[in-house]
Amino acid sequence: LLTQSEAIVIYTGWERHALVGSDIRLSCSFFSWRWTSDDVTFSWSYRPDGARDAISIFHYTGGAPYVDNKGPFRDRLEFVGNPGRRDGSILLKNLDYGDNGTFTCDAKNPPDIVGRASSVRLLVFEKVPIQAGVITGSIIGAVLGLLLLIVVIYYLMRFLVARRVFNLSVRSVPLCLGLGPKPEPIPGLDTCMV
Amino acid sequence: MNNIDIYQKMLLILLAVLILHLIILVLLFVSTIANAWTVGGTKNTDLWYSCLTTNAGYHCSSASNEDWIQAVQALMVLSVLFCLFSLVFFMCQLFTLVKGGRFFFTAVFQILASLFVMCGAIIYTVMRPDGEEDAAFGFAYILAWVSFPLCLVSGLIYIVLRKRE
Repeated sequence: LLTQSEAIVIYTGWERHALVGSDIRLSCSFFSWRWTSDDVTFSWSYRPDGARDAISIFHYTGGAPYVDNKGPFRDRLEFVGNPGRRDGSILLKNLDYGDNGTFTCDAKNPPDIVGRASSVRLLVFEKVPIQAGVITGSIIGAVLGLLLLIVVIYYLMRFLVARRVFNLSVRSVPLCLGLGPKPEPIPGLDTCMV
Repeated sequence: MNNIDIYQKMLLILLAVLILHLIILVLLFVSTIANAWTVGGTKNTDLWYSCLTTNAGYHCSSASNEDWIQAVQALMVLSVLFCLFSLVFFMCQLFTLVKGGRFFFTAVFQILASLFVMCGAIIYTVMRPDGEEDAAFGFAYILAWVSFPLCLVSGLIYIVLRKRE
């Protein structure tokens, strides 16, 4: 039975996304009821997607970090944590699709050594996936905008056509001045009736 | 007596058409909002969330944000909006249309709404990942397919309907 008050609790992320060729910082920290000991250790291991076994890639002990110098991350791994502040983060450089997998961090703070290791999944993408809702919003916006445009054009056309008709009818009415008390234009002709 | 008979018939037809339109609107709305396009065991996903029922409770995360899901979301929302617009137009045209005129705008919007639902349902059917066990289509998906022919028929009725008084 593992009661929380007697165990060390390790925190990493749940899942990390990254672009091919970029760097990523995998964070690992722990909670322990005891003071941070000088013999604190951090240990990272990596299990590729689909593989059954994990391989050790990083170990911090006796105050010194030891990075992978033979495995899949040789020359690509750097220790960027601060053990004094309970931070055992590592930096992976120049990611590739082969780096997809699960990274497990195990920390020990003697004499507090009983605890569960915590895992973070790394997903490497070719390009950043589209945020949720961007495409949805643009489709809806585009269709409604088109609708609005059609309505505006329709009323504009109606207005212009009506104005043109009005202009034509005004011009075809001849001016009947100075011909008597109530001169009227003869419809259809260009002369006036007296 | 004859005139009153005709008047009553017209009123009944009008009421029936209106009730059909409202039913379609409700079906589209429920289909868009309810998160049950794919269900299976303890899981129900799409269109908006991906939820898992465990002993401890109900855990939801965002549905996948791939392009096709977002397109289906957009099409369903647009179909609800266009159905709403056609209802508004119907109310408008009821009072402003000349005698003998057809409900053209109402029909156009209703038919567009039905096309949007059809496109959304088709895209979802085709693009749904089918590697999962016991994943069946949920009631929201069925409602979408049910509302498509209803919406189309309603639009055609509006084309045929003439305003009399």
